[in-house]
Amino acid sequence: MTTNTGIRGSIAKARRIERVLGVGVLCVLSFLFLIPFFITLGDSVKSFREVYAVPRIWIPQSPRWSNFSDIFHVLPFHLFIRNTICITTLSLIGQCASACLVGYSFARLRWPFRDFFFILLLSTIMLPGQITMIPLFLLFNQFGWVNTWLPLIVPAYFGGGVFNIFLLRQFFKTIPTSLEEAAKIDGCSHLRILFTIMIPLAKPAVVTICVLGFIGSWNDFMNPLIYLSDYFKYPISLGVYMFKDAQGIFPHYVMAASLVSIVPVMILFFSAQRYFIEGIALTGTKG
Amino acid sequence: MLKKWFLRHLEESIHMLRGRSARSEALHGILFASPWLLGFCIFTAFPIGWSILLSLSDWDPYDPVVHRTFVGLANYKDVLTSDPLVLKALLNTFTYALMVVPLGMSVSLGLAILLNQKVRGISFFRTAFYVPSVVGGVATTILWTYILNPVFGPLNNGLHAINVLLDKSIVLSFIRLPEPLWLFDPAWTKPSLVLMAMWGAGGAGMLIFLAGLQGVPGHLYEVADLDGAGKLRKFWNITLPMLSPTIYFNLVMGLIGSLQVFMQAYVIDGGKGGMDNSLLFYVLYIYRKAFVEYEMGYAAAMAWVLFTIILCLTLLVIKSSAIWVYYEGEKNA
Repeated sequence: MTTNTGIRGSIAKARRIERVLGVGVLCVLSFLFLIPFFITLGDSVKSFREVYAVPRIWIPQSPRWSNFSDIFHVLPFHLFIRNTICITTLSLIGQCASACLVGYSFARLRWPFRDFFFILLLSTIMLPGQITMIPLFLLFNQFGWVNTWLPLIVPAYFGGGVFNIFLLRQFFKTIPTSLEEAAKIDGCSHLRILFTIMIPLAKPAVVTICVLGFIGSWNDFMNPLIYLSDYFKYPISLGVYMFKDAQGIFPHYVMAASLVSIVPVMILFFSAQRYFIEGIALTGTKG
Repeated sequence: MLKKWFLRHLEESIHMLRGRSARSEALHGILFASPWLLGFCIFTAFPIGWSILLSLSDWDPYDPVVHRTFVGLANYKDVLTSDPLVLKALLNTFTYALMVVPLGMSVSLGLAILLNQKVRGISFFRTAFYVPSVVGGVATTILWTYILNPVFGPLNNGLHAINVLLDKSIVLSFIRLPEPLWLFDPAWTKPSLVLMAMWGAGGAGMLIFLAGLQGVPGHLYEVADLDGAGKLRKFWNITLPMLSPTIYFNLVMGLIGSLQVFMQAYVIDGGKGGMDNSLLFYVLYIYRKAFVEYEMGYAAAMAWVLFTIILCLTLLVIKSSAIWVYYEGEKNA
């Protein structure tokens, strides 16, 4: 009896030690992962001299908050922010709307050669963007769209990304059909079923594609780089790069600009985190 | 075989068009799918055809049309045999992929295992690991070029401080951490990029691993406990086989992604290719050929070579998956 409780006690003790150890490792690692953010924060309020100081100053004595207003004077940073918001919003609307329509069509509606087209859709995931990058540039050049936002926005309205369609289709398929059947008997149109039944029920998937679409468009670097040449049309990614391009002169502004550029993404992530993480996890398990 | 399949589909399709509601459904289906159908034709199928044509010609978009000549397979021949930079770019890209894919997957899996414990505040840790990958983009790369600066960057400052401490201590004075020049040393540029990528290893890959781990049935571990299996053994004989479909998914995604690395290399030094061309990645070189030197035909041929490589590697992983990927449902079926 005593030995039994002794064994049990030691097992419990071992479990507890293990748990404490696990939490300890998690704490250390999460601290390591957050250090770069602290560095950004600290350096965004340094003066030019403090950034280049050796030995390093980790926390500036008197924070220079004026860096955040200076970045708007050195370069037209307000334009970059406005441009990014315009491009991101417009392409996000297109992505969501068209991915919902197409995803619903592939999940629920029966039409000729649907399964063939679905395989075709999936096979385009394998196609690297570099294949179509060059002919698309030539095509948009023909349209006279080079050095406008159109190449960054219009394609989003035509399908909204293979991955998004796939994710929504998979999610729509898990929704029981009984609701739609009832709606159909009541004479509901397909469009209404999609917007009043399917999309609200597929909230985690819809939020996921919105967040991913937002981040993708906000951080997009290569497409603006290829298509835009006037700096006043640049989105924030190229704007931050402009500060960096003059490095040596603006190290503190680079950090302040970077911080400004990541804040909206962080806010969006934190507010949508609950659905978003669920949605991402689904993509890998429901292949 | 194909004809049979087609005929079956045709028959089904005709069947679908019988009756008013079925016809209306088919019409709605095509209508709803039309954004993608149109998009596929305009932004995928048509460019693919054009790209093939481009790769077979000498094409400068700012030259008059008469200068665009058909050159047959000459572009491919040049890409594969006579351009030393292509070889360099391929080597760089493969080296990077070979480092970043296994390391990234290991880190993602490690973090996922750590997060798969029942402790309070786990969502805080998950967020801390995930946030760097959300931020992504140009800001991250710029931040890291600064962190990795050999003189005033925080990383080398930290390493130096540790080395000073080690020197002072009597016992550990023989240990010395390296203080590399990171992006200023051709041998260290790719490890620098890998380090940057590790900061984002807590992203989607980790969440997918975490979901996979939570899907492993607990009774397997209980049985192993009864048999007295140790931690390592349980990991090797239960966790890894049960996770193999997830590993497979992450491997394919990671492979495709790492072969297309571009932005980091471009941001670091404006697309110049880094010290000694050590950051001249394949896609960066395609970009340079197409949009800096305007050799569109050559760049298109390079893109098709990349496509072939990605296709072959992916098929290799798919073929090999029969050996090492374990699907639980399959045996029972």
